[in-house]
Amino acid sequence: MSIDVNRIREDFPILKEKMNGRPLVYLDSGATTLKPQAVIDAVNCYNTKTTSNVHRGVYQLSNDATELYEGAREKVKQLINAKTSSEIVFTKGATHSLNLVAQSFGLYHLKAGDEIIVSELEHHSSFLPWQHVARVTGAILKFIPLDSAGHITIENFKKVLSEKTKVVAINYVSNVMGYESPIKEITALAHEVGAIVSVDAAQAVPHMKIDVQDLGCDFLSFSGHKMCGPTGVGVLYGRYDLLNSLEPIEFGGEMIDIVGETTSTWKDAPYRFEAGTPVIAGAIGLGAAIDYLESIGFDAIAQHELELRQYAVSELDKLGGITIFNRDAQTGIISFNIDGVHPHDAATIYDAEGICVRAGHHCAQPLMGWLCQPATLRASFYLYNTKEEVDAFVEATRKGKEFFDGVFF
Amino acid sequence: MSFSNLEQLYRQVIMDHYKNPRNKGLLQEDGYHEVHLKNPTCGDDITVQVKVEDGKLVDLRHQGTGCSICCSSASVMTQTLKEKTLDEAQNITNNFYELVKGNEYDEDLDMGDSPVYQGVSKFPARVKCATISWKAAEQAINELKK
Ligand SMILES: Cc1ncc(COP(=O)(O)O)c(C=O)c1O
Repeated sequence: MSIDVNRIREDFPILKEKMNGRPLVYLDSGATTLKPQAVIDAVNCYNTKTTSNVHRGVYQLSNDATELYEGAREKVKQLINAKTSSEIVFTKGATHSLNLVAQSFGLYHLKAGDEIIVSELEHHSSFLPWQHVARVTGAILKFIPLDSAGHITIENFKKVLSEKTKVVAINYVSNVMGYESPIKEITALAHEVGAIVSVDAAQAVPHMKIDVQDLGCDFLSFSGHKMCGPTGVGVLYGRYDLLNSLEPIEFGGEMIDIVGETTSTWKDAPYRFEAGTPVIAGAIGLGAAIDYLESIGFDAIAQHELELRQYAVSELDKLGGITIFNRDAQTGIISFNIDGVHPHDAATIYDAEGICVRAGHHCAQPLMGWLCQPATLRASFYLYNTKEEVDAFVEATRKGKEFFDGVFF
Repeated sequence: MSFSNLEQLYRQVIMDHYKNPRNKGLLQEDGYHEVHLKNPTCGDDITVQVKVEDGKLVDLRHQGTGCSICCSSASVMTQTLKEKTLDEAQNITNNFYELVKGNEYDEDLDMGDSPVYQGVSKFPARVKCATISWKAAEQAINELKK
């Protein structure tokens, strides 16, 4: 089940570029991923050969563009095993999808005293939309207490779940800790009390096979750019009956059924949520990204990431003086700090070596509070990363430690 | 890019101010005006106090957490601006903003240790770290002028 990394690297033109005069070592796929030629070509092809708006023209070109756009929707449907492609809304990204759920569902269905369950492990995009809904409606935000290693557990979820719970909004894979949340079990429990479950799958869909029917969740959000697709496109999956009962949050062209001067009616989902000209090139590019990832295989990708992670952790351990915050994660994310070196100083060392790692709070300030760190470093791996890149990363870490030990102490 | 650029960035003076910060710790005395600034992307968090008498900065203090560039720069800033008039302080501050960006700056102004931060210009991502305490002092002075 192993993958041919060298062949895969040929597919990514940016890997031929130099960074600060050195080969680019890109270890920040958690932030956004590199783009393979197939995706670049698909976007270019739309822009050079099939440019036109979708769902409007009666001419051939518009028909072609519409087929490509709707074809991408079908690919997303198959990727996550939705029941129908009408359950797939194209958005601007995970953030847009998560806000759409909070506003369309939350603002209309919640009232004072209702409870919304989130966790300290959330990306700001996952819990801030609900913090806003709570402020407007008087609903109450409840945080699942994390266990001592920072996991979301069923046991702790049960402590905050109650008859008052109306919404559970949690991540599938944490962008800082790389832990997988027990979504299926949580969804079953939430449904018992009549709550809906909205899953932030921005860090999950790019890295593993997902089946929304098996999970049973009501909504699931992710971004195209974290899975080899273009920026500016994302997906909201919604269980159809629920999705189709929601009010849109944006109004305009193409989402309407009949327009009157004082009232109007909307198309059925997904179109009622796609007001205006949609992200046509983005959706087509995402479709190409899905084809690309499936041609390699999600199990093989996950396996490769895990191997790199385990290798990197064992090499970092050999250096000593490195604190790893998510030792038992099973995904390609390592969160760590070099003892005594501020992550921002460390990131500059990596930068000088042509290595891209993330330093900061990773849009997860509550989690930084939980970790008692102002910021952390994060290396995240994807299908195109190699053991040699891990070696370069570990070597830069060693040099950095040495450099700062020299100047600081 | 190489380690010599890094050494340039982390010159001894900077490390000295990081390890032995001058004017560190806030004072609970009358006459100090305080501004608190944060850089939300990296977690730098700094508070600066200024005390002005007869149009002159008679004291500056700082306290906070952040990377070495941010913390050392706060120390250098307090030393550099002390005993300067408000106008002089503004000129020096503007001059500092130019030098960290690698632009031409006025070498005749009394810049104290601050020219060591020229190395920052090779690391544009770090300019914010170097300037945050200066921005805090600038804001405090502007608030007092009102
Ligand atoms: C877990 C998680 N949720 C949501 C997002 C937001 O994604 P986007 O910025 O593409 O909208 C991210 C991106 O960093 C993420 O990692």
